[in-house]
Amino acid sequence: MRLDRAKTLGPELREIIFLSLQVSGTALLISTLIGIPIGAVLGLRHFIGRRMVVALLYTGMGFPPVVIGLLVYLLLSRSGPLGQLHLNWIPSLFTPGAMVVAQTIIAFPLVAGFTMAAVMGVDPRLRQQVTALGATQRQAAWAVLVEARVGVVVSIIAGFGSIISEVGAVMLVGGNIAGRTRVLTTAIVLETREGDFGLAIALGLVLLALTFIANLIMLRLQGKSFDR
Amino acid sequence: MSAPIYRLENLAKDYNGRRVLDIEALEIQDGEILTLVGPSGAGKSTLLRLLNFLEPPSQGSILYRHARFRPGMEMPLDLRRKVTTVFQSPILLNQSVRDNVAYGLRLRGQEDSQPAVRAALEQVGLAHLAHQPARTLSGGEAQRVALARAIVLAPEVLLMDEPTANLDPYNVGLIETIVQALNRDRGTTIVLVTHNVFQARRLAQRAAFMLDGRLVEVAAGADFFQNAQDPRTAAFVRGEMVY
Repeated sequence: MRLDRAKTLGPELREIIFLSLQVSGTALLISTLIGIPIGAVLGLRHFIGRRMVVALLYTGMGFPPVVIGLLVYLLLSRSGPLGQLHLNWIPSLFTPGAMVVAQTIIAFPLVAGFTMAAVMGVDPRLRQQVTALGATQRQAAWAVLVEARVGVVVSIIAGFGSIISEVGAVMLVGGNIAGRTRVLTTAIVLETREGDFGLAIALGLVLLALTFIANLIMLRLQGKSFDR
Repeated sequence: MSAPIYRLENLAKDYNGRRVLDIEALEIQDGEILTLVGPSGAGKSTLLRLLNFLEPPSQGSILYRHARFRPGMEMPLDLRRKVTTVFQSPILLNQSVRDNVAYGLRLRGQEDSQPAVRAALEQVGLAHLAHQPARTLSGGEAQRVALARAIVLAPEVLLMDEPTANLDPYNVGLIETIVQALNRDRGTTIVLVTHNVFQARRLAQRAAFMLDGRLVEVAAGADFFQNAQDPRTAAFVRGEMVY
């Protein structure tokens, strides 16, 4: 039995790695596209209700992934408020799309929260200075984001770390279906339950290596400012 | 001296219901060096922010050439970009010296700015540091970079808010020489805020004394420093404490 598993591991492993990167990569991309602008606005603008929005964001940063998985499960299930709409663009349960939704909800508060903190850490006089040099409001906001780039990249790294290693939500909404929704973390859980610790450890090492490579790439994004 | 470049009319600025600036009338002439002196909290920096159109007045208006800047409005970008400010603390971007100086030009869509940037850096004596990270500079060098990134824009008006407050005599002298050359050679209008009466005397073609957000006296340099009409101006010029 184990010999059979080992023989089929090559293509299956490639599939699992690819799906892990596809699901977490897509969720991270969406989280970044939503989270960085929200974090920038919260860091730069003062408006009524800002404190409440920040409190909600902080709560989101500490939300247990399994609870988010449960919420997405209830939302997307056939009798749930979104599932019963039967709209094409709403993903069904036990699909990679549902896993992306869950991981996006997990990652975006982290991206937004850390971006907000990074933006708030930039000298507030910088905006006045660049505006005095002729920047529009958008150019001034961009200048602040660029100055905060080390922190902004950390926010993306934090978001990526929270979802690539996450198991509870993807297990609930994905179902760990071989060839369809099995990712590295859920495969590790399965192999551990089946007693194949060697395979589980090997998958764990692959996950670690992928995380390390992804973080190296993101470290390059921080540029020379990291060394200054 | 020619026509006024700025005309301030019943200009006032309030913060949290407190009036911090209240100027009935002031004209700033095109191509002059006007120094603003006065104790802390006199409203000098607030006035500079309004002259740079960074925030609107609470009351009254500023006529800049033919455009009027009123409460609640934003100045058109092309006019706002004719004015720039060198602040007391040079907030430099975490980039190279060259990129800092090129920043304002890039905002204006001028990507090929190397000759202008080099000329501005040579003018402030920092061409040899063009590739240095800006954050590694000394205070004096950083302020000269701030001056270079302002003059590279060839502004009509250069506003300076205590630009030499934290600098050593060498850098103070260098910056004053550059400011005078800029005014003489390019006709740049300069409004300089300073606590330093000696600096104001060295640079001013006209000088103004501000106290409690109001303009106490404006006069030509020699008259202002030798025959001040208001006793508070005279006391400040003598170096006495004026509140």
